[in-house]
Amino acid sequence: MKTLKDAEIGSTVKVVKLHGEGALRKHLMDMGITKGCEIYIRKVAPLGDPIEITVRGYELSLRKGDAENIEVA
Amino acid sequence: MSLTIALAGNPNSGKTTMFNKLTGANQRVGNWPGVTIDRKTGKIRGTDYELVDLPGIYSLSPYSPEEIVSRNFLINDKPDAVINIVDATNLERNLFLTLQIIDTGIPTVVALNMMDQVRKLGDQIDVEKLSRDLGCRVVPVSALNAEGIKELIAAVGEAAESKKAPEPMYFDGDVEAAISQAREALHGKVPDDLLRFYAVKLVENDNAVVEQFPEARDRIAGVLKELEEKKDDDCDSIIADGRYTRITEIAQSAVKKAPRDERGTFSDRVDRIVTHRIWGIPIFIGVIAVVFLGIIGFAWGDFEVVGIGTYCTDWVNDVFFGEWIIPAVTEWCESDGVYSALDALLCSGIVGGVGAVIGFLPQMLLMFLALCILEDIGYMARIAFVMDRVFRHFGLSGKTLIPLLVGTGCGVPGVMASRTIESERDRRITAMTTTFIPCGAKLPVIAMITSAVFPGNGLIAVFCYVMGIFLVLVSGIILKKLKSLSGTPSPFIMELPPYHVPSATNIIKGTLDRGWAFCKKAGTIILLSCIILWFLASYTPGLEYIGDNATSADSILAAFGEAVCVIFAPLGWGDNWELTVGTITGLIAKENVVGTFGTLFGIEAGENGEGLEIVLGAMLTKSAGLAFLAFNLICAPCFAAIGAMHRELGRWRDTLMAVGYQCLLAYAVALIIYGFTSYIGGWNSLVVDGSVVEQAAPIGSTIAAVVVLAVIVYLLWAKDPFRQLSGKDEYDAEEEMRA
Repeated sequence: MKTLKDAEIGSTVKVVKLHGEGALRKHLMDMGITKGCEIYIRKVAPLGDPIEITVRGYELSLRKGDAENIEVA
Repeated sequence: MSLTIALAGNPNSGKTTMFNKLTGANQRVGNWPGVTIDRKTGKIRGTDYELVDLPGIYSLSPYSPEEIVSRNFLINDKPDAVINIVDATNLERNLFLTLQIIDTGIPTVVALNMMDQVRKLGDQIDVEKLSRDLGCRVVPVSALNAEGIKELIAAVGEAAESKKAPEPMYFDGDVEAAISQAREALHGKVPDDLLRFYAVKLVENDNAVVEQFPEARDRIAGVLKELEEKKDDDCDSIIADGRYTRITEIAQSAVKKAPRDERGTFSDRVDRIVTHRIWGIPIFIGVIAVVFLGIIGFAWGDFEVVGIGTYCTDWVNDVFFGEWIIPAVTEWCESDGVYSALDALLCSGIVGGVGAVIGFLPQMLLMFLALCILEDIGYMARIAFVMDRVFRHFGLSGKTLIPLLVGTGCGVPGVMASRTIESERDRRITAMTTTFIPCGAKLPVIAMITSAVFPGNGLIAVFCYVMGIFLVLVSGIILKKLKSLSGTPSPFIMELPPYHVPSATNIIKGTLDRGWAFCKKAGTIILLSCIILWFLASYTPGLEYIGDNATSADSILAAFGEAVCVIFAPLGWGDNWELTVGTITGLIAKENVVGTFGTLFGIEAGENGEGLEIVLGAMLTKSAGLAFLAFNLICAPCFAAIGAMHRELGRWRDTLMAVGYQCLLAYAVALIIYGFTSYIGGWNSLVVDGSVVEQAAPIGSTIAAVVVLAVIVYLLWAKDPFRQLSGKDEYDAEEEMRA
């Protein structure tokens, strides 16, 4: 299973499925990360975590640990 | 009857600016029930509509306190209309909240904000079309330029008077079938106008609604299962996908985007440098250095920069209070022959005590100003982004860093800065621990002890800062194991808003609001505490007045110090009750410790304790001196900071718990320092009249220190009893079970 955590910087991926439960899962969906939407991985923070992505035309940062819940292709 | 209007919108959508533009100066700030979130209300200009500012939220889900209060307000208090402020440059994500608001059936007007930015980008938005597709009025505005405000107010008035519910958005056939089943199951249990809202939430598996109506959920369980199988997805995801699919359609048909500059927007270009892999951290250090040099100043050897804040604070203390207020009050008291104790109460108890605190106001205001600017530009979110990694390991987030940095200047704005942390748990832990970082008022204490027991050793000051940061991190791990601070760690999913030119009104208002909150505190809790402490220092236990703030051996305070100094004996303070009394008077302002020693020992001491070296050197060994310093830095902060903590924690019970924790930790750290370092050569001797007197090894303290250290280590490594599995862990656990 490929997740957002493994995606390369500078690449664009498509969301396949959201894993996990509760607040995290709901929050990811609220922020616009839903099945089929495109995510561009912009950069990684100076210390290697979190990452910054572009989703639905705006910038979002999330930790790699949370990005692991997002299955992408 | 006057109308109630709610203002709702995403964070960073310009909601604060809009609220200020709509209400002008006519605002009141309170608290939402049960949570420490500001509840701002005001009258809309030129009308008698009451505007209630809801916290910035992304959704009406029931997870964060902000979402819960907003949702409860919309469904229980039923405002007459909602103004939903939407960032037109970021339409898709903003409309996600809009669709949920529309589901509540309250007349809604969408304020399409940041139209000036849209024009700048060259985009075109078909407002008519957007309005038809959303099923409610849409008014293009620019809160920053006060464009379209009149039209917005008129539209809201019409919407509220018409009482016409907006047209809800419909999902595809299968989902709608499930929703109508849910409507039937909920029929009669919820008000008719909220039926659709509850039905959609029930299908969505919304925690709060499922818990409220378990039998309705059971009735449609079969239907939902079928739906999930048919769509090969979970129900919550089906609803969110459905909303976003519709939003994408709406946005794409209404917005005509101009081709973008290939180099990215101005904000993109700034961000590429500011959060650069290599330059990100140096830039962060540079920005903070500029803020600090400017406000607090810096001294290293002969090189000295006096910060603007320090300069103003010195002026307020020395000239405003020292030369004007205190002499004027004294003269006024003497002239009409007021009873001398009353004189003293006024002059040194109240004016002196409260004045010591108000003296920090200029420095605080400048600090607030710098904070507001950094926040408004959008740099705060980047600090959190750049530094998150460091704090994550300790269960805190990158946002914790900001209060700590501000706290090095003064703990009060430091504690108040914790408000920018979204996660309630992190916010509370940060508010409880920020004052471990040595603030400006603690520097004289550090200087005094250093010159008494470690003359000329600059490392002591460094040690104090390192110890402060270390204890914040350690507390992060320990405190989250407490029941009241437990709970699912909220994920660090943070929007990085585009950089923009700050709004002068917002910044000035933000700064003054925080400054005013502090002044109110100075007038209440700090005033009261100063009066009590003055009384204890000026009267004997027989209630006989012995002179102004005498703190002599006869005062109640001294008697109390003598009674309790046995508690501090294991820290190497011996039977020197003066040390205890100094610690207590430090509660007004930490630099008072120095002044109190001057009074008690009858020595004209300098600001940094010059002249006290000899008498302190005869009382404290090197180890005991360090233990005294550590205790004073970590234990309960001054009354002003305790007041600020109370404001963030919300309940006295929690505030007392926080102060208790600080004192306990201070005692533990001091005990460990004294118990262990006394065996270093030369650290366990006093200097009496120029000769070195070796002290007995503090075996008892050492044994106690070992026990305390063991307890702390246990707390650090113990399994968190209240830890709820985060989404991912649970998923992993499931996978493991299957394997």
